[in-house]
Amino acid sequence: MILTPVAGIGRSTLALLAGIGKIGLYFLQTMAALLRPPFYLREFWNALWTIGYNSLPVVGLTAVFTGGALALQIYAGGSRFNAEQVVPSIVAIGMTRELGPVLGGLMVAARVASSIAAEIGTMKVTEQIDALVTLSTDPMKYLTVPRVLAATISVPILVAVGDSIGIFGGYLVGTGRLGFNAAAYLKNTSDFLEVWDVTSGLIKGAVFGFLIALVGCYFGMNSGRGAQGVGKATKSAVVTASVLILAANYLLTELFFTG
Amino acid sequence: MIQLENVHKAFGPKRVLQGVNLTIPKGESMVIIGGSGTGKSVLLKCILGLIKLDGGKILVNGEDVTHADRDAFLAHFGMLFQGGALFDSLPVWQNVAFRLLRGSLKRPLDEAREIAIQKLKRVGLTPDVADLFPAELSGGMQKRVGLARAIAADPQIIFFDEPTTGLDPIMSGVINDLIREIVVEMGATAMTITHDMSSVRAIADRVAMLHGGVIQWTGPVAQMDDCGDPYVDQFINGRADGPIASVR
Repeated sequence: MILTPVAGIGRSTLALLAGIGKIGLYFLQTMAALLRPPFYLREFWNALWTIGYNSLPVVGLTAVFTGGALALQIYAGGSRFNAEQVVPSIVAIGMTRELGPVLGGLMVAARVASSIAAEIGTMKVTEQIDALVTLSTDPMKYLTVPRVLAATISVPILVAVGDSIGIFGGYLVGTGRLGFNAAAYLKNTSDFLEVWDVTSGLIKGAVFGFLIALVGCYFGMNSGRGAQGVGKATKSAVVTASVLILAANYLLTELFFTG
Repeated sequence: MIQLENVHKAFGPKRVLQGVNLTIPKGESMVIIGGSGTGKSVLLKCILGLIKLDGGKILVNGEDVTHADRDAFLAHFGMLFQGGALFDSLPVWQNVAFRLLRGSLKRPLDEAREIAIQKLKRVGLTPDVADLFPAELSGGMQKRVGLARAIAADPQIIFFDEPTTGLDPIMSGVINDLIREIVVEMGATAMTITHDMSSVRAIADRVAMLHGGVIQWTGPVAQMDDCGDPYVDQFINGRADGPIASVR
């Protein structure tokens, strides 16, 4: 009786490790498939459109509100030690290094990992994946590779757009609400922003994009039967992608900005 | 010719196939019958390589399927899935011409579309269906599109998985007749799994009954009613009493 909770923890740990191992194997299979023809260009362009272009509104809205809120917070915090003038530079650095890639990644994870997992999961339960195989088409190359490639390319672009919109959000609040001079705000932003601030965020975006699509495809391909199985796969894809984004963000920040 | 030799497959403790032996001669239409959950679909997926065997051998035209080149091997096959398994994101003609738009059988776009429309006509669908999406079609139309896709590349072997499931009796009859006509016309080897006895009588040259993980009986369809096998007799007459337990 006393051992039951311990056994439960053991089972959960083993399941977690098995899950990590399976995703690891799927990652290796994806990398192998990425390098071998055939390449399905039409699928790639479709994925680029649905993952990249169609995510622009949600990433843009997230960024503009985040940039505005960030300006208000930095102003309120900075006023405690007469450092209100740092608002433009901190908004720019905060957006490009952290908030642009992380919030953009999380929003894309919610939108894209769920839709990929649901689409591929439905394909699995309706035997469309089996049909692909019987039509001499490797599902890994036809479904996973185009989506992973498209997300790895498009998420950094979304991050770049999000960074710009976020900084613009900070500018609107800074000049409209906090009384900053427009020219001084822009000069302050450009003077303190370094190329590495932007590129580090874009690299993070590429990693997050890869993880989002990989996880979405993995859970879709391993979806259980029926509507419940697809629902569970979708939920797991979003949760796993979000956690992986936050974990990868910490590791990349550690790698890029310490030592 | 398809030969199954002592084929075994288990899922955990559940032993689904326990030594299946069956030969389907070239150009013949074999129908596998059996109750739900007896492993008919598993057997079919084992032949296609969608499920890995635990033991035994499957030979297609003398070649062991586990060692065959997958693309070349599958290029000889056409398959009609139980639910159609049409790709939702593609219009009907691209579903039909899927194999002709990529891979080793790739054709120019116009030619692939023309072939798709010809195949749609062959299964009784008009060309205006070509640009619709699968979700816009009725169940019977989806089945016909699935059939058109199965025959699009003129395969030597065609599999039909429960071809009449979910269809009304008239549409079932139409699909059964189409399958029979197409198989005869193409000279293809056909393997159908079903528990619809009207399909069996319309499609089969030979029948095999799968029960308890083995082929319980096999023979020409004309001998099925008088074969004297109690399992076949119970199944084809739909009796609750007999050697097959009604609760499985």
